[in-house]
Amino acid sequence: MYSLRLWSVRHARLLESVYRMGNPLIVAALRRAHRVFGRRIDRPVTALERAAKGLMFDCRMCGDCQLSRTGMSCPMNCPKTLRNGPCGGVRENGMCEVRPEMACVWAQAWRGAAQMRHGDAIRDIAVAVDHRRFGTSSWLRMARDD
Amino acid sequence: MTDPSPLWHPGDPADPGLPLPILPGHVSPGRFERVLRAGLFAVTTELAPPDSADPADVLTRAREFDGVVDAINATDGSGANCHMSSLGVCAILTRAGYSPILQVSCRDRNRIAIQGDILGAAALGVCSMLCLSGDDVSVGDHPEAKPVFDLDSVSLLDTARVMRDEHRFLSGRRLDSPPRLFLGASINPFAPPADARVHQLAKKIAGGAQFVQSQYCFDIAMARDFLNRARDRGLLERCFVLMGVGVLASAKTAKWLKSAIPGVHIPDETIRRLEQAEKPRAEGRRIAVEMIQQLAQTPGVSGVHVMAYRQEEWVGEIIAAAGVLGDRRPWSPASPPFEQRTSA
Repeated sequence: MYSLRLWSVRHARLLESVYRMGNPLIVAALRRAHRVFGRRIDRPVTALERAAKGLMFDCRMCGDCQLSRTGMSCPMNCPKTLRNGPCGGVRENGMCEVRPEMACVWAQAWRGAAQMRHGDAIRDIAVAVDHRRFGTSSWLRMARDD
Repeated sequence: MTDPSPLWHPGDPADPGLPLPILPGHVSPGRFERVLRAGLFAVTTELAPPDSADPADVLTRAREFDGVVDAINATDGSGANCHMSSLGVCAILTRAGYSPILQVSCRDRNRIAIQGDILGAAALGVCSMLCLSGDDVSVGDHPEAKPVFDLDSVSLLDTARVMRDEHRFLSGRRLDSPPRLFLGASINPFAPPADARVHQLAKKIAGGAQFVQSQYCFDIAMARDFLNRARDRGLLERCFVLMGVGVLASAKTAKWLKSAIPGVHIPDETIRRLEQAEKPRAEGRRIAVEMIQQLAQTPGVSGVHVMAYRQEEWVGEIIAAAGVLGDRRPWSPASPPFEQRTSA
């Protein structure tokens, strides 16, 4: 949801703390669940991740989550799916050149990263996304060390 | 006999249109890299690829720039409009002895096609490449097309660098002969988010950019502020900066550019000058000349990239009026071969 997506960026620091605390717990729980139930957990876990991150970040389920490194602004919402920063067409009011009604996700990303304790990670180069992972769960990938 | 040019080195072919030996510290066999690394003020421009399958249409356009520019950018479907491919244009230009810069946009091709084109371009004598994300398909003449964007400008730079320096594809498969390309990127210091633009330059340099060409610069104060911040971060020692210079035909063109092309910043003062001018086209050229002179006096600027769409015939006059080349005349296929020294 667009308004929640903007809220998430404004509260990037809070969400970073939640992520730092919550993520190891989620991964540990999934690791245990995987040991017991195997691949049967894939569908419900993926659906849960899609619902939660979809609501908060308009997550597109690229399967290689960058949110903690992009100021809690999902780069896949960029119409050009740029994963390494804004293009040169950002409008003077900070809106997207392709979708003028939407704030540039990378202008948002830098705003979010500026608040975060480990916001400097936005400066690292993100390698091109692996398209085989689309629609799969980033949480499960971390749990399985894929 | 004296050395006819600071660009000439013992062992070079008499015809600088041929691939040159790669000097120590250089990555490409091209003249453009030689000009920048020799510390000379470089001038580049762009060639609008024709809507035509006739190579003469490319060469006619290129000849406008003879003796004026050090390299010619071949745009890649700029504005998401369909034209002759940049690779096609570059192949025609290198055959004639020009020094083209291959523009590669991520909009239309995936990593398989792009890596293939990089090898093909290098094999055809292309020595410089500009890595771009590209305009979205929605702004062009085929808005119904599928946007690709498999890579972005930074991962494209990284890909070309890996191919050149690590002699492999992204997949890891080995290259028998790597593409010797001088790698460039675009920057836009005039668009938000202002603070992030320097970080973006740093990211592109980390990806592999050795030169950058900027969006139109009509605001020297903003450009200098950006360059100061880039210098403070030590970026200007690692990358040559060529600032973009536009040639405005009228106040109407300026207003259209400003409103229709996101990311183009034109101060009201510039528009006022054009409105009040008796001859707006001449005033537009004067604005370009003054901007080039101001940029040439700005520390950290290694050259200018003149974008004079539909005013290409004026580029030579503008560069001459700016006086930034001194008595240097960039080599073109129309020039005589470099005189070679008879004794060392």
